[in-house]
Amino acid sequence: MTALIEIASPASGSRPRKGAGGRWGWLLLPAVALLAVLFLVPLGLMAWRSVTEPVPGAGNYSWFLTSDVALATLVRTLTVGAAVTLVTLLLSYPYAYLMTMVGARARIWLTLLVLLPFWTSLMVRTFAWVVLLQDNGVVNQLLGTVGLGPLQLIRTPAGVVIGMSQVLMPFMVLPLYAVMSGIDRRLLDAAQGMGARPAIAFLRVFVPLSLPGVGAGALTVFITSLGFYVTPALLGSPDQALISQQIFTQVNGLLAWGRGGAMGVVLLAVTLVLLGLVGVVLRITRTRGGAR
Amino acid sequence: MSAETSLIKARGARIELAQVRKEYADSVAVDDVSLVVEPGEFMTLLGPSGSGKTTTLNIIAGFTTATSGTLTVGGKQMQDLPPHRRDIGMVFQHYALFPHMTVAENVAFPLKQRKVPKARRAEMVEAALETVRLGGYGHRRPRELSGGQQQRVALARAVVYEPSVLLMDEPLGALDKKLRESLQLEIKRVHQEVGSTFVFVTHDQEEALVLSDRIAVFNDGGIQQVGTASELYEKPQSLFVAEFLGESSTVRGRVEPDGDDSCLRVGDRTVLAAGRLAKGSAAAVVVRPEHLRVQPVAEPVGPGVNALPARVTQEIYLGSGRKLELALPDGTVLLAREQADRLSGVRHGDEVTVVWDVERGVLLDDASGTTHPPTSGDRIPVAAAEKSGR
Repeated sequence: MTALIEIASPASGSRPRKGAGGRWGWLLLPAVALLAVLFLVPLGLMAWRSVTEPVPGAGNYSWFLTSDVALATLVRTLTVGAAVTLVTLLLSYPYAYLMTMVGARARIWLTLLVLLPFWTSLMVRTFAWVVLLQDNGVVNQLLGTVGLGPLQLIRTPAGVVIGMSQVLMPFMVLPLYAVMSGIDRRLLDAAQGMGARPAIAFLRVFVPLSLPGVGAGALTVFITSLGFYVTPALLGSPDQALISQQIFTQVNGLLAWGRGGAMGVVLLAVTLVLLGLVGVVLRITRTRGGAR
Repeated sequence: MSAETSLIKARGARIELAQVRKEYADSVAVDDVSLVVEPGEFMTLLGPSGSGKTTTLNIIAGFTTATSGTLTVGGKQMQDLPPHRRDIGMVFQHYALFPHMTVAENVAFPLKQRKVPKARRAEMVEAALETVRLGGYGHRRPRELSGGQQQRVALARAVVYEPSVLLMDEPLGALDKKLRESLQLEIKRVHQEVGSTFVFVTHDQEEALVLSDRIAVFNDGGIQQVGTASELYEKPQSLFVAEFLGESSTVRGRVEPDGDDSCLRVGDRTVLAAGRLAKGSAAAVVVRPEHLRVQPVAEPVGPGVNALPARVTQEIYLGSGRKLELALPDGTVLLAREQADRLSGVRHGDEVTVVWDVERGVLLDDASGTTHPPTSGDRIPVAAAEKSGR
């Protein structure tokens, strides 16, 4: 998780002072207690059940690793997560860039536009997408007027990606904006003064400097997307279920707590491994650059 | 610098600004500026903030488009070219180094844009870093360097491709005094080595005096005077230039309506000065502190010398001498500087006579006398002072 925190605070060049935690550490107690009771204990229970139910042993894990359906679900979940990350990035980068270019008043509106869905219930938004994306919904009617479609949008992975991207976009826009607004525009002037065309100046100076924001946003969106349940359940097809839906089916439908737990543990492990890889890559790029 | 790079030393280009004007919605930033900078010259644009000097620089660089007027560099029309096609180097006040690149990558950036082959690039980068005495710093990141070092990297990055023109926008503004002074010498040396035309913007008149071949003094969007440091210091053409550049003492009055046209009436006294102005006009005589002398009232005044009664209101020890603040009866404050080996005996509070040689005073039109709030010297009506004096 340190990788995430480091990416999220790129402007503050220095790390928090060490030792400052000693005297004020107790302020963390309520949060730690809450996490322990509501997160660590259930997590431990789940992990425990995954190796004890229905019989002690690694049976649940060997089932997962040999079940084509389970593995396909895991791969699908990661793929959808990657697609959602890519889509939100493509939508958010120009949006965040626009936010840094406009005046203060327009910026407030643009920020509100991002946050407004945030303040609306996830259920409401997802049902709205159901209405919009259905076979004779608004989107398909619009496509029809320009001679396209109708397309099968709902009950497809595409529909899931559309819905999840909309939900997760604020998590991409806000870190991007935070990093972009800290980039010194005179650097672009300087680059052009030295003979770089505006497009080159943007690619060679602005884009690299905005990467910490891309990293923070992409990581948040990707990890959050792995646990999505409501949106894929409503917009997706049952035979294209994501891992959270599978876990729900195992636990709620089949009462297979052990298998459900094993799937949860595998998802957690995969996420941690991916995070670790990102951290390693970041460290390598930094050391190569001789920074800090 | 290697022998090879000094062989193809960039020859400075001539810069010509003609009737350049920049208007914003509610103000005029640059008002009809015409200026010629000779090839290889070190020209400083000097003026207070908001005087139009930085806008003028940005017009040369292409970051700002002039509302009207023409700009030629090396005989080429420039005003419609985007910055990246002007081949002009620029050093910014806040360095504008790319934080995600090493020092060497920063300096190599303009070479890359010019498609210089990689091997040649490395050579030129090292040579440029040597020029600013930062050889071997190439692998570092800008943030690992001090402010002075960062600005030297910026300088290296601006000279590495040997542009015919190098623009500098208050490059030393963010540094402390000691560092500023050593970097001034560095910049001067680099200018001599590179041979480009330098245009340097500053509000620091001392810096301008140290660096420049010529100085263009800006005020209110226009150029007040262009000249060498000594021309500006010794023969200022306006009160603004006289008072902005170096320390000066100003005696305000009116040119005698009858009699000599270089004779200024100040209260109940007259003061003679070099230069002539229309009779009866508001005028001022400006004298540099080192030309003012102070003597006891009893001492006789020689010929060819102006003399005014004054009181010593402040004594400031300078090490190399001392500075005296003197108040005339009408409240005007004059500054006199005395060398340590030629100190007069006067002390704080003494009534004295302040004297200077007539040819040391410069007679200037005091256009500000009517528009600006009256200084304490203007408050005493000349006529009344005359009466009381007789």
